[in-house]
Amino acid sequence: MALKKMLLGDEAIAVGAVNAGISGVYSYPGTPSTEITEYIQSMPLAVKRKIHTDWCVNEKTAMEAALGVSYVGKRSLVCMKHVGMNVCADAFVNSVIAGANGGIVVVAADDPSMHSSQNEQDSRFYGQFAFAPVLEPSSQQEAYDMMRYGFELSEKYHTTVLLRVTTRMAHSRAVVDVAEDAEASADIRYPETPASWVLLPANSKRQYPVVLERYKQMETEGEEGVWNRYFEGKDKSLGIIACGIGYNYVRENVGNNSPWPILKISQYPVPRKLIRKMAQECGCLLIVEDGQPFLEEQIRGILSGGCKIKGRLSGELPRTGELTPDSLRKALGMSPLETYPASETVVPRPPALCQGCGHRSVYEALNDVLKDYPDSKVFSDIGCYTLGYLPPFRAIHSTIDMGASITMAKGASDAGQYPAVAVIGDSTFTHSGMTGLLDAVNANSDIVVIISDNLTTGMTGGQDSAGTGRIESICRGIGVNPEHLKVVVPLPKNMDEIRRTIKEELDYHGLSVIIPRRECIQTARRHAKEKKNQ
Amino acid sequence: MKKDIILAGVGGQGILSIATVIGDAAINEGLFIKQAEVHGMSQRGGDVQSNLRISSEPIASDLIPKGGCDLIISMEPMEALRYLPYLSKDGWIVTASEPFVNIPNYPEIECIRQELSSLAHVISLDIDAIARDAGNPRGANIVLLGACAHLLGIPEEKLMDGIRRIFSRKGEDVVNANLYAFEAGRRSIS
Repeated sequence: MALKKMLLGDEAIAVGAVNAGISGVYSYPGTPSTEITEYIQSMPLAVKRKIHTDWCVNEKTAMEAALGVSYVGKRSLVCMKHVGMNVCADAFVNSVIAGANGGIVVVAADDPSMHSSQNEQDSRFYGQFAFAPVLEPSSQQEAYDMMRYGFELSEKYHTTVLLRVTTRMAHSRAVVDVAEDAEASADIRYPETPASWVLLPANSKRQYPVVLERYKQMETEGEEGVWNRYFEGKDKSLGIIACGIGYNYVRENVGNNSPWPILKISQYPVPRKLIRKMAQECGCLLIVEDGQPFLEEQIRGILSGGCKIKGRLSGELPRTGELTPDSLRKALGMSPLETYPASETVVPRPPALCQGCGHRSVYEALNDVLKDYPDSKVFSDIGCYTLGYLPPFRAIHSTIDMGASITMAKGASDAGQYPAVAVIGDSTFTHSGMTGLLDAVNANSDIVVIISDNLTTGMTGGQDSAGTGRIESICRGIGVNPEHLKVVVPLPKNMDEIRRTIKEELDYHGLSVIIPRRECIQTARRHAKEKKNQ
Repeated sequence: MKKDIILAGVGGQGILSIATVIGDAAINEGLFIKQAEVHGMSQRGGDVQSNLRISSEPIASDLIPKGGCDLIISMEPMEALRYLPYLSKDGWIVTASEPFVNIPNYPEIECIRQELSSLAHVISLDIDAIARDAGNPRGANIVLLGACAHLLGIPEEKLMDGIRRIFSRKGEDVVNANLYAFEAGRRSIS
């Protein structure tokens, strides 16, 4: 018996994983993946089964903890945004060589068009790079159904499985049929080939051909399975190959009775047999994929001439950005629907730091002090405070990746930059800033590190932050001189004190850490409301 | 039956509550639905929209094509205009009349009003004032829902059932306050 539920793609993944009997979900918040873990946290069954749902310090610790779950024979889910794959890549790639014992599915949520990200990297490359199978749902129902399949695939082939979604799939709702019953979670069961988990060169050399062989077998399984589908069409002048959510945009335009054959791809390794079949039938292929031209590049290698290939590389579809029904319409040679021209009155409305946010006071004070230091550079990081780049603050000069503020400030200082300031949030600090701080401590770098502590992971909606209440003790433990470890409260009434503190530490030629601390006003409101309702 | 709706506003204005009520009513009518939302960075005071598609047939794309939108429901007048390239030539705009100004270069409101009134099918109303008069100052979004109820292709009584279901966990008072807001919005355009 199935229940009908209106679910986000992320929520469908969450329910699918819990129903597949996972023992834990291991994640770090990141748009557009956050709602998967949040939904599992809210599920009564997850609470009843004591499924692990606490947020991890970063994606690497998440991936490695999930590997531990797999080692003892249980199922685990790992969730992250696409750039999180960079953070956990070491663990991810090598997990495939070790081979899963309990099923392990990694969800990477890609963000084409960079709605909330610094790039639009395509996680399917990681799957192929690591020889891990990739699943790419085209609907919320498939996202749900693929979780059970993904865990079975993982255990059948002893491999980590990657499930890739894009923002639109993650954050769009539809009605999903979900099972009423969940699989039981497994008992402890150790690996049958324990040596494959010890990646000494001798063991890895033995394991590597095994990895390649099973990748070949999984290609066949994908070609014969249900996720990759070949739809016949009468008009062979064009064949359409559509990956994941791209399939929906094709159907939006051609309807259910397409004149052209369509190959829907939702499972990788790339099903080369199906692609060759289409190339033999059709003189021209249109490759439709949301993200980078992952498949299009490979198809040019798989097919040896004779077939015209259209897609993002050839310009029929835009080279960058999210696919839309409109870009498909154009690529299929259909004229646009009649509409209105864009309004010339409308201006952009960029996001901004909330009124009353503590980061605002930090940037105001910092800007005031740095007026007297025209050569100053402020290296910042990933979080709400990245919005300090925008007017009215225009306060920061860099944002690259999680944790880069402290290490970039150190490097710039090594190279002669003064003053060099780092601005990082508390959650980003524990994610990837702590290790860099140790570098700065060891060098006694002449930098000021501002850990703007709002006691939460703010930008993604206020998830628990791993170091809450312990930021000073972490800094002291790493070796920051207590005399240059200052805490301030970023409120308008304290501006003089904050300015004075920043000035003093700028003028101290060694490592300083200033921690402005005040709760995020979004979570403060939520907590006040919860208290009232109690 | 097929309705493609864009809900527009500024992060925090509550457009998703409108979508939730329409979605609930649509599902109870046995209709198919897809609803693409905006989460993340834009919610910090930026422009936000949701694509809500309702149909008696299965729906392929989560996004509405340009020129395919039947109805723009907007909590803010400039935000209503942002999605004009999506509006079908026969489409409607139902929007709040009062601007939400959180940017320094917000255009002259008269320019926005003029542009709106140059379009064929526009309903513009002061949802905050109507919500206050109806005794539910926080129900402006439901006022807006009431004002566009006749354009949704779903019987109004079914939308009111949706309000009852969605707000029931917040208690009878909240349900009734929102039903008043809905009714006030509906009456304001008749």
